[in-house]
Amino acid sequence: MKQEWLAIRENTAIAPGVYRVTLEGETLEELHPGSFVNLRMDGLFLRRPLSVFDSEPGRLKLIYKVVGKGTERLSALAPGSKLDVLTGLGNGYDLAKAGSHTLLLGGGVGVPPLYFAARKLLAAGKRVTAVLGFNSAAEVFGEAEFHALGCAVTVTTVDGTFGTKGFVTDALPEKYDYFLCCGPMPMLRAVARATRTDGQFSFEERMGCGFGACMGCSIQTRGGAKRVCREGPVFEKAEILWDGEEK
Amino acid sequence: MGAERLAAELCGRRIDNPVIPASGTFGFGYEFAEIYDINILGSISIKGTTREPRYGNPTPRIAEAPEGMINSVGLQNPGVEAVIREELPRLGKVFQKPVIANVSGFSVEEYADVASRLDGEDQVGWIEVNISCPNVHGGGMSFGTEPAAAEAVTRAVRRVCRKPIILKLSPNAGNITEIAKACEGAGADGVSLINTITAMRIDLKTRKPVLRNVIGGLSGPAVFPVALRMVYQTARAVSIPVVGIGGIRSPEDVLEMMMAGASAVQVGAANLVDPLACKKIIEGLPAAMDRYGIRTLSELRGQAREDGGRE
Repeated sequence: MKQEWLAIRENTAIAPGVYRVTLEGETLEELHPGSFVNLRMDGLFLRRPLSVFDSEPGRLKLIYKVVGKGTERLSALAPGSKLDVLTGLGNGYDLAKAGSHTLLLGGGVGVPPLYFAARKLLAAGKRVTAVLGFNSAAEVFGEAEFHALGCAVTVTTVDGTFGTKGFVTDALPEKYDYFLCCGPMPMLRAVARATRTDGQFSFEERMGCGFGACMGCSIQTRGGAKRVCREGPVFEKAEILWDGEEK
Repeated sequence: MGAERLAAELCGRRIDNPVIPASGTFGFGYEFAEIYDINILGSISIKGTTREPRYGNPTPRIAEAPEGMINSVGLQNPGVEAVIREELPRLGKVFQKPVIANVSGFSVEEYADVASRLDGEDQVGWIEVNISCPNVHGGGMSFGTEPAAAEAVTRAVRRVCRKPIILKLSPNAGNITEIAKACEGAGADGVSLINTITAMRIDLKTRKPVLRNVIGGLSGPAVFPVALRMVYQTARAVSIPVVGIGGIRSPEDVLEMMMAGASAVQVGAANLVDPLACKKIIEGLPAAMDRYGIRTLSELRGQAREDGGRE
C-alpha cells in the first residue's frame, strides 16, 4: 500500500454512465492486474475502491460506472484535479497459475481489470480469449482495446442488440485450460457452474478502509474468513463458498 | 522538553504521547506498519478478541454517513488463542511498546477468561474490556447499558488480571456516567468512551437498509461533539482516568478531548480513510499546542480537572 497524490489527465465518458480516468504521478509504480486503488473524494467520508484498467510507471487508468455519490463526484472532476489515492491494494490475479490458453470472462464494469491481465498474459506468450458480457449494445465498451492487444474477443448482450445474445456463459469457447473472471455476483455464480477448469474470481464488497484494518468486507471461504480487500479481491475457484454452501 | 511536551499517563503507566489507535480500526497494526513506523504511537488498542474465532455479521457491513461511517462488523476476530499465538508475535516485530488488549465476550465468565489469558502476555500493558459493541446479540453492549451488568463484568475481570483494566463504555446507555461509576466502584482502573452510536441507512434504489444487519454503529467526526460531552461529564463523575474516543481526526480534536478531561485519546474511523491519520495527529500536536499557548499536555489535563471539579 502507498498513499499518493495523483493528477487527473483525462476523465471521459466511453459509454453511457461509464468513464475512463487517467491518473498520473511521478512516484507511481506499475500496479498488479486485479489489484485496486482507493480514492478519497471531497465531501465523502469513506474512500471509493476501483479496479485497475491499465497501469505503467507514472500512469494509471481506471474505468468506472456512475452508480452512486462517489462515482458521480469522480465523473465531475476535470483534468488537472488532484486525487488522494491509496494504490497497490489487494491480491490481484495470480497469472503464474494461468495455463497456456486463458479464458477471460468479464461482465459490465468487471471488464476493466481483465484488460490489464490480458496484456500481461499476452506479453508472457500465453494465448488469451476474452468473453465480455453487457446488458445491451449501448453499454458495450472495451472490445476494440482487447482486439488491439491481439485477443480473440466475443461480446454478449442480454438483449441480443450486439454480439451473441445471452450471458458470457452462453459463449464459452470449446477449449481453454484456465479462466479469470470479474463481474456481478450472479455472473460469478453462473461462471463457477459453467466452467470445467480451475480459475480465479474477483469479488466486490462494501469496504471501510480497503487495506485490511476494519474487517468490514470479509467473506467466508473454505479456508476461513478472508478480507476481500486484503487476501482478495481475487480468490481461487476452489476456495470460494457460494451462497448456502458449507465449509 | 521535546519529548516531555507530549507525554501522558494511562493508569499509572507513562506513554510517549496520548494518541492511540482505537480497537477495530487498526487490525493488529501491521497493515499500517507498511507505510510508517508505528512505534511513534502512544500505544495500540488491538482488534477486539473473544474466546472463540468469530466471523461476525453478514455483509454488507459498512455504510457511508455524513462525516462518518456505520459498521456492523460484529467482532470478527481469530479468537484469543490465535491472537496470542500468531497476532501478538507478528505485531511485536513492528511495535515494541506495550499494547492495549481489547476483550469482548458473551458471558461474564468469557470476559474473565479471555482477559486473564491476555493479561499473562508480556506485550500487553492494559486490558480494555469492551462492554459496548452494538453489533452482537446477548453480549457486548448488553453488559454496558446496565450498571449491575457492567459492575459484574468489571469485578470478574479485575479479579483475574494483574494489569490495569479499562472499561470501554457505550453511548447507548441511558446514563453513561452511572455506568462509569459502577465500573469504578467494581475496581476499574480507567474507562474509555465512546464506542459507536447505534445508527442505520436505507438505500433509496433498493428501499432496503444498506447494512445486512440493518443497524450498526456510527463513528467518525459526526460523533465527536457527542463523545466530547460524554467524556466531559464522565471525567467529572469518576476519579479514574478517562480515555476519550469518538471522531478524533486532528491535533485540535486531541486538545479539546484533553480539555474535557481525557487522560489519553483513541483515534478510530480516521485511520480507515487516512492510514497516516495518527502519525499526522502526533506530528501536528506541537504546532497546535503552540497556537493555543499549551506548554505540555499534562498541564492541560490538570487544568481541566481543576476548573471542573467533581460532581
